[in-house]
Amino acid sequence: MTAPTARRVAGPPPVNDVPVGNGAPAGTVRAVAVGRRRRAARRRLVVLVLAVLVVAAFAASLMFGRTYYPPGEVLRVIAGERVPGASFTVGRLRLPRAVLAVTAGLSFGLAGVTFQTMLRNPLASPDIIGISAGASAAAAIAIVTLSLGGTAVSVLAIAAGLGVALLVYGLAFRDGVVGTRLILIGIGISAMLDSVTSYVLSRAAEWDLAEAMRWLTGSLNGARWNETVPALVALAVLAPVLLSRARDLDALRLGDDTAAALGVRVERVRLTLIVAAVGLIAFATAATGPIAFVAFLSGPIAARLVGPGASTLLPAGLVGALLVLAADFVGQFAFDHRYPVGVVTGVLGAPYLIYLIVRTHRAGGST
Amino acid sequence: MTTSHQLAAERLTLGYGDRVVVSSLDLVVPPGAITVIVGANACGKSTLLRSMTRLLTPRAGQVVLDGRAVHRLPAKELARTLGLLPQSPVAPEGITVLDLVGRGRHPHQGVFSRWNERDDAAVAAALDATRTAELADRAVDELSGGQRQRVWIAMALAQQTDLLLLDEPTTFLDASHQIEVLDLLTDLNRTRGTTVVMVLHDLNLAARYADHLIAVADGALHAAGHPSEVLNEETVRAVFGLESRVIEDPVSGRPLMLPIGRYHSGGERCHGGGEGAVGAGGPGGAVTADKR
Repeated sequence: MTAPTARRVAGPPPVNDVPVGNGAPAGTVRAVAVGRRRRAARRRLVVLVLAVLVVAAFAASLMFGRTYYPPGEVLRVIAGERVPGASFTVGRLRLPRAVLAVTAGLSFGLAGVTFQTMLRNPLASPDIIGISAGASAAAAIAIVTLSLGGTAVSVLAIAAGLGVALLVYGLAFRDGVVGTRLILIGIGISAMLDSVTSYVLSRAAEWDLAEAMRWLTGSLNGARWNETVPALVALAVLAPVLLSRARDLDALRLGDDTAAALGVRVERVRLTLIVAAVGLIAFATAATGPIAFVAFLSGPIAARLVGPGASTLLPAGLVGALLVLAADFVGQFAFDHRYPVGVVTGVLGAPYLIYLIVRTHRAGGST
Repeated sequence: MTTSHQLAAERLTLGYGDRVVVSSLDLVVPPGAITVIVGANACGKSTLLRSMTRLLTPRAGQVVLDGRAVHRLPAKELARTLGLLPQSPVAPEGITVLDLVGRGRHPHQGVFSRWNERDDAAVAAALDATRTAELADRAVDELSGGQRQRVWIAMALAQQTDLLLLDEPTTFLDASHQIEVLDLLTDLNRTRGTTVVMVLHDLNLAARYADHLIAVADGALHAAGHPSEVLNEETVRAVFGLESRVIEDPVSGRPLMLPIGRYHSGGERCHGGGEGAVGAGGPGGAVTADKR
């Protein structure tokens, strides 16, 4: 019953000014603590299992292929030793590919769930609303038409990604942004940008199917360190930015007004989240192309795994990494023909997209 | 027991786009009391409330909390003193009551700080005060309207602020749930000394539950004070453009407003014209144009 007076100075280091219990029976406090611990334990378990699976899939993609290399040899290659055969196959071909798979998967997963959560709609993922398509078109123009490479490609991809994000937001803005309008506009822009990419590729001097597949559906074929490293650096810088805002992102799910009342600086947080997420998408897309539906699928899968209410940011990133690794493995070895990773994820994602659209229309057909 | 946080608006001007909604308004929220803001639709009540938690930046003037402008306070610091329950908060799909109420702890947590016993205790106290503890594991979207509103209030309580602002907390609730919510807020005020400020649509409930009633008309303060001073036939006419009789509520002793329409109000047939409005020159003329 003692209302705290000095709470405004009480920062995170707990000052004992909170009316502990405040008349709440110990039973309620215990039930709250138990419920909270149970949920936290489930989330920790999901994150742990996903991390183990990602590591296992990563290891498998280094070991298996046309030739099998045992774990010992793989580890020696990673440690920098020269192993005949393995040094080239594992060190030069498989390692950059696997690292790029994990990097791109984490980037797409984190960025996708950020957009979906922020706009409170599973359809609002960057690969549906045109941001990936913009980054991809810019990268295709930079590489195929302008013969650029390295950082220049990433910079153009980011500029295009941000530009598309702004354009979609601007076109959707009419007394505030309504999710459905933003998504429909995004889908339209996305289709336009895809046709730009197709046009650029069709004008390219040498018609290279692998290159075309990369910019249309995403592929890890021919991954080299000079493509992988920028995406990895972007992930190392931007993922912590997103993860440090996880709680604000969760608060935004309650609506802007409620979030602001809870002490979230809504506009500033939203800007930070958009820039970080678009950066992740653009760097990853500049390296792999827009791997279809990874950003779109990771969040909902992670949410199913951790249960409602828990933060899905990190789990979604791990799901993304696992999806890309697994899909690439399937694409390479499951059929007698090799398919790029984006073809496999596209096959997985399309039915879910249809399901979501059907469900949205049943729920509220008007807007 | 009561902390006396001083909340006041000074020559506050608010608006959206080109439209000025509130102009040069001064008001003081009495600490430790229940303040209710009433007014016609689109008169600026909600806008006023939004500006107090700085959801809206004033065009001119300022909202002052303990001598400092709220727009210059750090966001989390403000959120530890002043809570707001908006008119239509959004519950994420499938979220449980426990998780939702836990979100109220946001301003008390740092970026990487972990959930601790104080958070548990605050959530438990909030669940207990709103009698939602038994709903803790239920999903918010499967609750009834009254239960859901209690859960949202619980979230605001878990925030443990000394000032609590609510935008029409009784909308969409039936009579018994309206009373339940208002009793709950009164409990909070009486037992913890929480300063409550709310916008209410129902003038009679406002008069009954307010310690301090603020009537807003066209973005300006029309009258403020104890309901028995503020609520009279003249105020109802000025604020709502409605003829009425105000009598003493036999239940609470507070003023009770009885509207006078064109029908069922004594002399059938002609406009208005209950005894209280005899010769009012045709109440139809007194009705101000509805703004939206």
